Amino acid sequence: MSIIVSNISKSYKKVKALQNISFNVKSDEIFGLIGPDGAGKTTLFRILTTLLIANKGAASIAGFDVITDYKSIRKNVGYMPGKFSLYQDLTVQENLQFFATIFGTTLEENYDLIKDIYIQIEPFKNRRAGKLSGGMKQKLALCCALIHKPKVLFLDEPTTGVDPVSRKEFWEMLKRLQGKNITILVSTPYMDEAALCDRIALIQDGQILEIATPEAIVKKYSKAIYNLSANNMFELINSLKEYKHNHSVYPFGEFVHYTDCRPDFNPTELKVFLESKNLTNIIIERTTATIEDTFMELSK
Amino acid sequence: MLPIIFVLPLIQLIILSNASTFDVKNIKFGYVDHDHTSTSSALIEKFNASTYFNVLTDFGSEKVASQAMLNGEVDVVLEIPSYFERDLQKEKRTNLGVTINAIDGAAAGLESVYVTQIVQSFHKNLLVDLMQASDSPKIEAVNIMTIPSFWFNKTLNYKTFMVPGILVLLVTMITLFLSGMNIVREKEIGTLEQINVTPIKKSQFIIGKLFPFWIIGLGLLTVGLIIAKLIFNVPIVGSLPLMYLYTSIYILVILGIGLFISNFTDTQQQAMFIAWFFTVIFILMSGLFTPIQSMPKWAQIVTEFNPIKYFVQVMRMVMLKGSGFTDILPQLLKTLLFALVMNGLAVWSYKKTN
Repeated sequence: MSIIVSNISKSYKKVKALQNISFNVKSDEIFGLIGPDGAGKTTLFRILTTLLIANKGAASIAGFDVITDYKSIRKNVGYMPGKFSLYQDLTVQENLQFFATIFGTTLEENYDLIKDIYIQIEPFKNRRAGKLSGGMKQKLALCCALIHKPKVLFLDEPTTGVDPVSRKEFWEMLKRLQGKNITILVSTPYMDEAALCDRIALIQDGQILEIATPEAIVKKYSKAIYNLSANNMFELINSLKEYKHNHSVYPFGEFVHYTDCRPDFNPTELKVFLESKNLTNIIIERTTATIEDTFMELSK
Repeated sequence: MLPIIFVLPLIQLIILSNASTFDVKNIKFGYVDHDHTSTSSALIEKFNASTYFNVLTDFGSEKVASQAMLNGEVDVVLEIPSYFERDLQKEKRTNLGVTINAIDGAAAGLESVYVTQIVQSFHKNLLVDLMQASDSPKIEAVNIMTIPSFWFNKTLNYKTFMVPGILVLLVTMITLFLSGMNIVREKEIGTLEQINVTPIKKSQFIIGKLFPFWIIGLGLLTVGLIIAKLIFNVPIVGSLPLMYLYTSIYILVILGIGLFISNFTDTQQQAMFIAWFFTVIFILMSGLFTPIQSMPKWAQIVTEFNPIKYFVQVMRMVMLKGSGFTDILPQLLKTLLFALVMNGLAVWSYKKTN
């Protein structure tokens, strides 16, 4: 086990940021923490990276306890905070050298680990970090977090505010790192990224809702989901909410996702109901559940 | 940033050293002459000849004079009574009325001294004249003259006195503000979070933070001393290495205070206010502008803990008096103690984990 978290609780004055969080992460696993803003993801990261002390519970990273052995943890983990935290007025190369020096290593020593990523930002190595684009900044931050060949990598919302292409590239890089004996704990508010993790934990309001592989989480969702659309989406949602057999109604992209509480649901019956509400162009079709649907269901 | 750090304080040094004069010149002077004799006009002529006074007006009456004082048109009013000359000759004594605008107490004190000096010298000359007139060789004018000898600043040049003090002030302010803003700025930007997860030691981090500002502080002192010599021609009697030795320890105290403030605040604004609070107290209680001896007892005790006080003392002692190592040893030891305490507190208060 690379990360062991048991019954961690943390509260800020009256706000309960984390309540009895427990999970384990195996070695060389990509473990995703999926949850909306304010779910407590960053607080958990700060506890695990020894920046914050939990009110209750215990945790160990790579075999070191977060309270008693925090010094060893700092040598063995890489942390990439959600907010870009490198020195903006140092150049790309200076930042890398600075962090390498702090960790008592050199750029050359672990160059093979960061090579794939560094090559992409190397053309800009004399540019100041503050002048890089969002995607470039993330790549540089990842390089700095990897410079000392950490055993565990913590990535707090690494793709928030990054364009879709860079996001995809970023996840490809994580997949490659997995093959190099690095355990990765990553948090994200994007449900589509969850499918790329080995296992995920759905977290909301400081509590873990579910821990499983992405496939298992989707399978758990047994209800039939229907994509609905009509000429007036706002009216459609209101009408569906009035429909007495509804189980859940929420907008999903260009459609509305609808589930019924009866096992023998008949779509034509619903269509008749909606037509009685003066809606036209009604489309009702079956669709497969995604992690987002599971999340909506679990967080109900 | 670096040009700002160096250029602005030096402009301040040049401007403030010229502006913060304790000389009172161009005093607006008015008089009411009820006597209208040659003696009274001779006295007024004395004031006219003085470089301190601008003789403005001859007021017709006391009433007009006090109105002018109310309007701020005049600072000093001399009232010469009727029969001034006659009383002086017959009774050898008379009274003069002097009214001084004392809103600025320090200036009023000086003005009073100037008026007294002029009247006394006038009186002395007058005695000699009267004696010659009465033609009595037996009596000789008794002249008791005090000739003060001003040590360490012969010409009483206030710039000689002020420039080392203002230099102290600038070195202190710049280093305190820079260090006070520093860690808190990293907190705001978020870089501190990244540093805190690294295995860097607390003392290493604080020393890393101190060092650049220490260099900047000594750089400021160097440029300030060059300006003091070239522009103000302030004598530098004592040894330069001694000045640098003391300053290098002193800057550590100020940087320690700055980093301590920085550790306890969450925003640069808070740090700015606290740093400002301490600078104002330190400066006004340093003996730079007002002598410490004239402060109340409790305030004098407080100044014992004011590092600026020792820096001002040492700079003036070494620059103007040529004091040696043993002369400044008490100040040096106290400053060293402050440096150890403040930097100890800075390291202690910097917490990598909350």
